[in-house]
Amino acid sequence: MLRDVTLGQFFPGESLLHKTDARFKILILLVYIVGVIAANSAFSFLLIGTVTAVLVVLSRIPVKIVLKNLKAIIFILIFTAVLNIFFYSGETLLVDWYFIQIYKEGLIYAGFMMIRLICLVCGSFVILTYTTSPLDLTDAIERLLSPLKKLKVPVHEFAMMMTIALRFIPTLIEETDKIMSAQKARGADMESGGLIKRAKALIPILIPLFVSSFRRADELAEAMECRCYHGGEGRTRMKQMESCFRDYVFFTVMLGVCIGVFFINGYGVTV
Amino acid sequence: MSSIEVKNVSVIYGSGTPFEKKALDNVSIDFGNDRVVGIIGHTGSGKSTLAMLLNGLNKPTEGTVLLGGKDIWENPKEINKVRFRVGLVFQYPEYQLFEDSVYKDISFGPKNMGMEGEALDKAVREAAEFCGVDGKVLNKSPFELSGGQRRRVAIAGVAAMTPEVLVLDEPAAGLDPAGREEIIGGLLELRRKQKSTMIIISHSMEDIAKYSDYIVVLDKGKVHLQGTPAEVFSNAEKLFEASLDLPQVTKLFVELTKRALADNTDVYTVEAGVKRLKKTLENKAR
Repeated sequence: MLRDVTLGQFFPGESLLHKTDARFKILILLVYIVGVIAANSAFSFLLIGTVTAVLVVLSRIPVKIVLKNLKAIIFILIFTAVLNIFFYSGETLLVDWYFIQIYKEGLIYAGFMMIRLICLVCGSFVILTYTTSPLDLTDAIERLLSPLKKLKVPVHEFAMMMTIALRFIPTLIEETDKIMSAQKARGADMESGGLIKRAKALIPILIPLFVSSFRRADELAEAMECRCYHGGEGRTRMKQMESCFRDYVFFTVMLGVCIGVFFINGYGVTV
Repeated sequence: MSSIEVKNVSVIYGSGTPFEKKALDNVSIDFGNDRVVGIIGHTGSGKSTLAMLLNGLNKPTEGTVLLGGKDIWENPKEINKVRFRVGLVFQYPEYQLFEDSVYKDISFGPKNMGMEGEALDKAVREAAEFCGVDGKVLNKSPFELSGGQRRRVAIAGVAAMTPEVLVLDEPAAGLDPAGREEIIGGLLELRRKQKSTMIIISHSMEDIAKYSDYIVVLDKGKVHLQGTPAEVFSNAEKLFEASLDLPQVTKLFVELTKRALADNTDVYTVEAGVKRLKKTLENKAR
């Protein structure tokens, strides 16, 4: 069922990561990503892996749910691993069979790549999407980008569009679910047949979905106008974002980890 | 005609996540044969979940759904056949229309069943007539019609599949009284002709009291009460517990009885109420 999709879903909670200011979390995530991508030795990956594990524990999100997300990217994981194993050329040849050459370096690199991807996915989900409500997230993005307002970039409007888009994802999923059920009840067969037959079977779902999306958009626009929405100018917020000491500490620690990665990059097994 | 029954059914949504919810909890209902069953309950009582169980759109976490004595999940690959035998009309079905003409839209279901030619044409026209869809609009686009008309087209789309059991989730929600009467009245007539079982889900006490032979009251995923209208509505206390109410006409008679103006409260429809009042007045006149 569609409602089982957990990719990018917010899990309400009270953990340290939930309480951290969303603006800081975005910055922390950026630093974390730099660290993950820069890592290229066994020791630096060990450091990044430990940090990721600590983050998962801190978030108090059940490990089962975090791992469920990895299932979604398993194809990408295997794909990159296979590509790296077969096409990375190094010095120590392990297998040489007709046109297939596998090097020791390729194996190591494939391993690093997989760890990197797993860390990226788990880390960013735990730091941001799982522990930050979509509203806080768009608010934070708006605040972080607000200097661009000086350059006449409509930051508030972008943020509002994002908020609305995020807000309607669950609604649209629910709607799709409903329409699918309704058409299945009328005997629509979506699970069998070739590609063309399956594509055709989507028509009874897509048309009602489009119609209702337009209707919803129209209704929402009207409702916003009724409440005198007129864009970002002079608009104040109900919830002010407040950073505290803890946020700065958290950010500094992550910065330290990132710098640490650069320092120990040369040690241990490298490629 | 086959009967439909649920036995010790439980449904749990999102098990293992923080959003876990028990939508139905050990529910057993025998919907029987050739009758109209009304299901009432407050929002979130599990009515819609129950509806989706009956035609195999939802799989029970525990328990069985029996159609004609056979478990519908015995052969999961054949579940589509169950959906042809148990028709389900969703809440606000007018949003499921997609074809470019009303006729084509109504024929979507029967076509999926493999109906063709004259039989198909007959099924479509018959369903349209019973659901109050005018012959003139059959060639129009469903998006040109009014909300009420679209609702009728959508219901006709399920009725055209001539199911043995027809489940309707809030068929009259958001319609004016005349439209309500027409849609449900037409369906009842169709049911009489096809001798099918009809299950109506609603939170309008009046509708349920008027049309059902048997009533099931759901509360928080459990069967709170079930029985004939007289059995259910005589148990006002228990109805209030489920935050439900008596039909308005019954409430009127409760008050009249208190004031010794009527002698009985077993009145559940307006027609019966009018008859009873007339009789009382005639008796008084004598």
